[in-house]
Amino acid sequence: MASQDGEDQRLQKIASAIRVIPNFPKPGIMFQDITTLLLDPTAFKDTIDLFVERYRSKDISVVAGIEARGFIFGPPIALAIGAKFVPMRKPNKLPGEVISEEYSLEYGTDKMEMHVGAVRAGERALIIDDLIATGGTLCAAIRLLERVGVEVVECACVIELPELKGRDRLGDRPLFVLVEG
Amino acid sequence: MSGCKEEDSRIHSIRTTIRVVPNFPKPGIMFQDITTLLLDPKAFKNTVDLFVERYKQKNISVVAGIEARGFIFGPPIALAIGAKFVPLRKPRKLPGEVISEEYVLEYGTDCLEMHIGAVEPGECALVVDDLIATGGTLCAAMNLLERVGAEVVECACIIEIPELKGRERLKGKPLFTLLESH
Repeated sequence: MASQDGEDQRLQKIASAIRVIPNFPKPGIMFQDITTLLLDPTAFKDTIDLFVERYRSKDISVVAGIEARGFIFGPPIALAIGAKFVPMRKPNKLPGEVISEEYSLEYGTDKMEMHVGAVRAGERALIIDDLIATGGTLCAAIRLLERVGVEVVECACVIELPELKGRDRLGDRPLFVLVEG
Repeated sequence: MSGCKEEDSRIHSIRTTIRVVPNFPKPGIMFQDITTLLLDPKAFKNTVDLFVERYKQKNISVVAGIEARGFIFGPPIALAIGAKFVPLRKPRKLPGEVISEEYVLEYGTDCLEMHIGAVEPGECALVVDDLIATGGTLCAAMNLLERVGAEVVECACIIEIPELKGRERLKGKPLFTLLESH
């Protein structure tokens, strides 16, 4: 994580702009609500800047964002670094031909989809979501991209919940986060 | 739409990168797929720039984006004009206290929600979505903002489907779109 003074100030502002909502979506969960961060234009800009500063010289041509909060952070990063934005969606939302990846939930499974032809073998990609918990969703996104020959350079999230060990689930794929929840 | 050469070439880049997918989500619908626009960094940047140029001097402090494709276009506009971004979501997605607005679908109804406290009375707001069809969703979005005392300055979409007359459903509020689809 960041260590310089200016960065620390920005990170502090970002952390304090995030609201924690107890017992959502169910009892016992302390939900990390980034919508309050989005209400603070400076903090939102700082969030994007911190990612852009890290990724702008890394030859990344794809930013993949996970529905739906990954759609908020991914596009501004993609625009700033000149990469394409690829939405990774729940089933039956993307209109064209898709590839699907199933992943486990606490109870049951879900599916993530990407358009065929959105990315090409050999491209370098970043995956964005607002938060990493168990890492299941990010893993599914990694698999979708790797199945078509894309190199996943890093996964990037605003928030990490370390107790849920999502980082371990990503194996040797690097993870970069701004704050811990 | 503009007659200036430079603007025309940006609109052209946007028009030619949108893909039409027939019979999605059901037979007879020609779906306007903006994901191919997002694969072209120049066209995506042109799209955002066209909106930012229009709104940067308009004292807009709120950009409200409709889930989920409004989440792609709204935030870059908000960031560029220094406004807050407010996500308008399907039911039970927003974790805090919300207000809800029901709206009519072809069959049945749906609901759009906004966090309480996200917007203050008197704020000037823009509503963003990728496309306007019948205008039902945009109307619900406008209602949410007006109910908390915000003023909706304009609704902004990339694509308009004029035959569906969504423009008339916006309670007299202006609509700005980049392209029409027939």
